[in-house]
Amino acid sequence: METNIEIVKPPITNVGVIGWIRENLFSSPLNTVLTIIIASILWFSVIPFLQWALIDSYWLPDSNCKETNGACWSIITSNYKVILFGFYPQNILWRPITAIIMLVSLLIISRNRNWWNAYLGYSWLAGLIIMGVLLKGGILGLEAVDIEKWGGIILTLLLSVFGLTAAYPLGILLALGRQSEMPVIKTFCVFYIELIRGVPLISLLFMSSVVFPLFLPEGMSINAILRAQVAIIMFTAAYIAEVVRGGLQGMNKGQFEAADSLGLNYTQTMRLIILPQALKIVIPPSVSILISAFKDTSLVVIIGLYDLLKTTQSTLSDPKWMGFSAEAYIFIALIYFICCFFMSNYSRKLEKELDTGL
Amino acid sequence: MKLLKVLAVCITVLAMAALTMAGTLEDVKAKGFIQTGVNGSLFGFGKADNKGVWKGLDVECARAVSVAVFGDPDKLKFTPLTAKTRFTALQSGEIDMLFRNCTQTLSRDTALGLDFGVVNYYDGQGFLISKKLGVKSATELDGATVCVLPGTTTEQNVADYFRTNGMKMNPVVIENTAELAKAFFAGRCDCLTSDASQLAGTRAVAPNPGDYMILPEIISEEPLAPAVRHGDNKWKDIVNYSVLALINAEYLGITSKNVDQMLKSDNPKIKRFLGVTPGIGKALGLDEKFAYNIVKLIGNYGEVFERNVGVNTALGIERGLNALWTEGGLMYSPPFK
Amino acid sequence: MSKAINNNTENISFWYDPDKRSVMYQIGAACLFVFVAWYLVSNTMTNLEKQSIATGFGFLNTEAAFEIGESIIEYSAADRYMRALWVGFLNTLLVSFIGIILTVILGTFLGIARLSKNWLINKCAAVYIELFQDIPILLQLFFWYAFFYETLPSPRDAVNPFSGLFLCNRGLIFGIPQSHPVYKYMAIALIFAVIIIFFMKKWAKKRQDLTGKTFPVFYTSITLIIGLPFVCWLIGGAPTEMSIPVLKGFNFKGGMSISPEFAALLLGLVLYTAAFVAEVVRAGIQSVNRGQTEAAKAVGLKSGQVLNLIILPQALRVIIPPLTSQMLNLTKNSSLAVAIGYPDFVSVAGTAINQTGQAIEGVMLIMVVYLIFSLSTSVFMNWYNKKMAIVER
Repeated sequence: METNIEIVKPPITNVGVIGWIRENLFSSPLNTVLTIIIASILWFSVIPFLQWALIDSYWLPDSNCKETNGACWSIITSNYKVILFGFYPQNILWRPITAIIMLVSLLIISRNRNWWNAYLGYSWLAGLIIMGVLLKGGILGLEAVDIEKWGGIILTLLLSVFGLTAAYPLGILLALGRQSEMPVIKTFCVFYIELIRGVPLISLLFMSSVVFPLFLPEGMSINAILRAQVAIIMFTAAYIAEVVRGGLQGMNKGQFEAADSLGLNYTQTMRLIILPQALKIVIPPSVSILISAFKDTSLVVIIGLYDLLKTTQSTLSDPKWMGFSAEAYIFIALIYFICCFFMSNYSRKLEKELDTGL
Repeated sequence: MKLLKVLAVCITVLAMAALTMAGTLEDVKAKGFIQTGVNGSLFGFGKADNKGVWKGLDVECARAVSVAVFGDPDKLKFTPLTAKTRFTALQSGEIDMLFRNCTQTLSRDTALGLDFGVVNYYDGQGFLISKKLGVKSATELDGATVCVLPGTTTEQNVADYFRTNGMKMNPVVIENTAELAKAFFAGRCDCLTSDASQLAGTRAVAPNPGDYMILPEIISEEPLAPAVRHGDNKWKDIVNYSVLALINAEYLGITSKNVDQMLKSDNPKIKRFLGVTPGIGKALGLDEKFAYNIVKLIGNYGEVFERNVGVNTALGIERGLNALWTEGGLMYSPPFK
Repeated sequence: MSKAINNNTENISFWYDPDKRSVMYQIGAACLFVFVAWYLVSNTMTNLEKQSIATGFGFLNTEAAFEIGESIIEYSAADRYMRALWVGFLNTLLVSFIGIILTVILGTFLGIARLSKNWLINKCAAVYIELFQDIPILLQLFFWYAFFYETLPSPRDAVNPFSGLFLCNRGLIFGIPQSHPVYKYMAIALIFAVIIIFFMKKWAKKRQDLTGKTFPVFYTSITLIIGLPFVCWLIGGAPTEMSIPVLKGFNFKGGMSISPEFAALLLGLVLYTAAFVAEVVRAGIQSVNRGQTEAAKAVGLKSGQVLNLIILPQALRVIIPPLTSQMLNLTKNSSLAVAIGYPDFVSVAGTAINQTGQAIEGVMLIMVVYLIFSLSTSVFMNWYNKKMAIVER
C-alpha cells in the first residue's frame, strides 16, 4: 500500500537555487529589470574597485606609489604607528597595545549578560585603573608619558569610553531631576538638557577650547584634552538623560506605589527598585549613544587634538604621501566601521533578548 | 552606583592634578619646563621631524629662553597650535609663551590680552603660484582663487590688497597650514598667500618645488614676534632678552665656536654680555652666564637663521631685512648693560 | 490610637516634613546654581579685564575686512561683521535646506528598497545603511573633499561632457538662463499656484464630504504648478538666452558654479543622514498593520488610493517625529563645514572670534542660532503631534 503513494515533488523551478533565484530576484518583470540594473552597476563598480584596491596596489612600506594606478597601501604600512598611536613614544608601544587588548577583552566578556555581576564591575574598575597606569606610566618603573602625547586611537577611545562612563551618572541625575516634582530642580534640568541637545557638539568644543579657559580663576588651567573631555561628557550626559528618562517613564506606576507602601524613601526607591529595572531597559539605546560618542570624538580634530583622524591627516600632509587620501581615509573608516558595527550588532541582539525576557 | 561614584572622584582628582599655579617665571621654575606654543607644521620655523625632534627658527629662539632660565635647551614642552587656537592657549595659561610666527599688530597687542616681545623675524606677505599659470606679478591675479589661512592677518591683508587694486578674489580658507598647502598643490587654488617665509617653507615641501614660484610683490609688513600673557613684565623681559642675546651676540661677533675665547676679550661690552663682568643676569633674575649659555648651546642669531631658513637650507631665504642693522637689515639689539 | 497618630503628624520634625524638605532642597540647589554662576562670571570678568579683552557686541558694527568664498547675497570685505555673519547664516540655511530635500528623497528610496522582496536590492540597501551609519560624518566629509580636489582636473583641463557644463577642481560649473525680469514673475506665479492648490484641496475635500464627488486634485495641481509659470514665461516674451560659463583668466565667468566645499558638504551630509532616514522610513511602513492594506483592498480602493489614504497617513504619524529630529541633526552637522572650508555660520563666527578675540560673544551667537533652529523644530513637532493625535470617537 505504502509503496503506491506517489510523492509529488514540487517543480524544479520552485525549489533549490533556481527556485530561490526566481523567488528573490526575478519574481516580476519590474524586479527583473531592477535586478539586472543593480547587478550591472555592482559589476562595473566593484570590479574596478577590487582591481584598484587589491591587484594594482602597493603594500610594502616605503614603495614608490607614484608608479602605480592602484591603491597605495604602503602609506598605511609605513605610517601605521603614527596613525594609530600619534606621538606616543614608539619604543614603548606595547603599553597602549596591551591596554587596548584589555579593553576589548573586557568588552567581549561584558557581552554575556549572565556574567553581569558585582565582580564584573570590579574588574572593569581594576581594568580601567591598570589601563590608565599602563598609558600614563610614571610608577612601577614605567616611563611617564604626558597626556598630550596620547594620540590616535588611544585618544579616541579615551574620549569616548571614559566620556560615556563619566557621563552616565550625570545623565541619570539629570533624568531624575527632570522627572522630579521640585520645580526649581526640574526647570534647571530641562533647561540644561534642551540647551545641550539643541546645539551642535562643535559649539561645545569651541567653548571648551576658547571660552572655558576664561571661566577659570586666574593662573589655573586645564589642558586641552581634559577640556575637550569635559565638553564631550556634558554633551553625552544630556543625551543619556533623555534615554534614561525614557526608561523611567516606561516603569509601571505600581512599582513606585509598591516601594512607597514598603516605606522606602526616595533614594531607596530609586536605587533599589526603579533604577535597576529602568537602566536595564535602556541598555540598547545606551549602546547607540556609545556609538555616537565614539564617532563624535572625531570632531576634536577641529580644535586641533591628535585623534585618529588628525594623525591620519598629519600623515597625509607629508609631501611623500600627498595625494593618497583615499587609501588613508578608507583605512580609518574601516577601523571605525568595525568598532561601530560590532557595537550596533550587539545592541540589536540585546534588544531582542530583553524583549523576549519581558 | 558606587563604582560610578568612585569614577567621579577619579575625574575630579585628575582635573585637580592638571591645575597649575600663577606667576610665569616661578611657575615655570617650579614645574621644571616651559610650555611653548609653536606652529607644528611650518617647515623651517616650527615642526617636529620624523623622530619627534622639534626644529626651526621659532623653536630655537624658544630654546634660548629655556637656556636662559634653566641652562638647558631641552626644558621645553611644545604645543602645536592652529592660527585660531594660538592666542587662547596663551590667554588661558595652557602655554607659557608663544613662538608661532605671530604678526604683531596694534589690535592684537591691546585687545587679545597678550604682549608681544621683540621681533625675531621680519616678514612680509607674498603669493606662491604655479609657474604653469604664467603669472609674473600679483597685479595679474584678478579673479584668482586664493588659498589663505582663516583668522590671520594675511586673510585681511589679501582682502585689502585686492580691494585697493580693484581686483576680485575667491578665498578658500582651510584651518591647518599643512591641509591648506595640500589643497594648493592639488590645484584647488591658483595661488597661496602667506608670509614670504612660510611660502618658502611650503614651496620646499612641494612634490616638485621647481614648479612653483613666489611673486615679487610683498603686500604687507609682518613683524613676527613671540608673545606672552599681558601684564607679566618680568617674564616678558626674560623672553625678550633671551632673543636679543642671540642678536647682540651676532653684533658683537660672538659665535658658538668662539664664545669660550671671547670670555677672555677685553671689550667691556663683551665682558658684560658674557657675564665676566656681572650685572645683567641679576637684573633679570637669571644666572649671570645666561647669555654665554645661550651662545654656547645655541649660537647667535646669524647661526640660527642660516641653520633653519638660510640660503643653504631647503627654504633658501636671504637675510634681507633680517640682517643686522650694520649690514642693511633691521636686527638691532639694545645694549646689554 | 487615632489621637496618637494625630499627635505624631502635628509634631513631625521640621526636617522630616517632605514638603518643607523639598523646599529646602530647591533653595539649596538654587543657591548652588547662583553661586557657581556668580563664580564663573566673576572669574570671567576678572580675566577679561586683566587681559584687556573687549566685550559686548559692538564689533558687529565694525568692518569685517575678510572675504568670504561663497555667498548668496552681495558681500565684500568692506561690509560689517553683521553682514558677514548673515552670509554665513544664509549659507547654513542653504546647505541644510537642499540637504534635507535630497536626504528625504534618498532616504525614502533606501527605506523602501530595504523592504523590497528583491534580495539584491534589499541587501544593497542594508549594506549601504550599515556602512554609512557607522563611519563618522566628519571622516566622510574629509573623504569627499579630498576626493574632489585630488581627482578632478584643473580648470584649464576641465571635463566638459556637453556644452555649458564643466567639471574641475573649482567645482561644477554650468550654464543658467541669462537673468531676465520675467523669471521674477515666474517665481511669483509659482507661489500663486501653490496658494491656489492649497485652497483647492480644502474645497475638494469639503465637496467630497458633502456630496461624495471626487475631484482630480493631483492632476490639477501638476497642471497649475507647471502651467502658471509657463504662461508667465510665454507672456514675458519667452527669453531663451543662456549664460554659458567661459574660462577667463583663472576661473570660469558666467553661469553658476557649485564649489567642491559645498558639494562635499552636501554629499557627505546627504549620504550620512539618508542612512538614518531609511531606517525611519522602514520602521514607519512596517508599523502599518498588513491587515490595513487587505481591508482597504477589500473595500475596493485602488492601490494608489490605498497608499494615499490608508498607509501614508498612518505611516507618516510614525515617521514624521524621528524624521524631524534627523533633519535637525543634518542642520547641526552642517556646522562641520568649518573643517572643509565651506563658509557656514560656525566658520564665519570662528573667523570673527579669532579676529576680534571675543570668544564668548562668538560662541554665544553660534549657540543662539542653533537653538533657534531646534526650538522652531520642537514648536513644529508639538503642533504636528497635536494635529495628528488620533482622534478617538
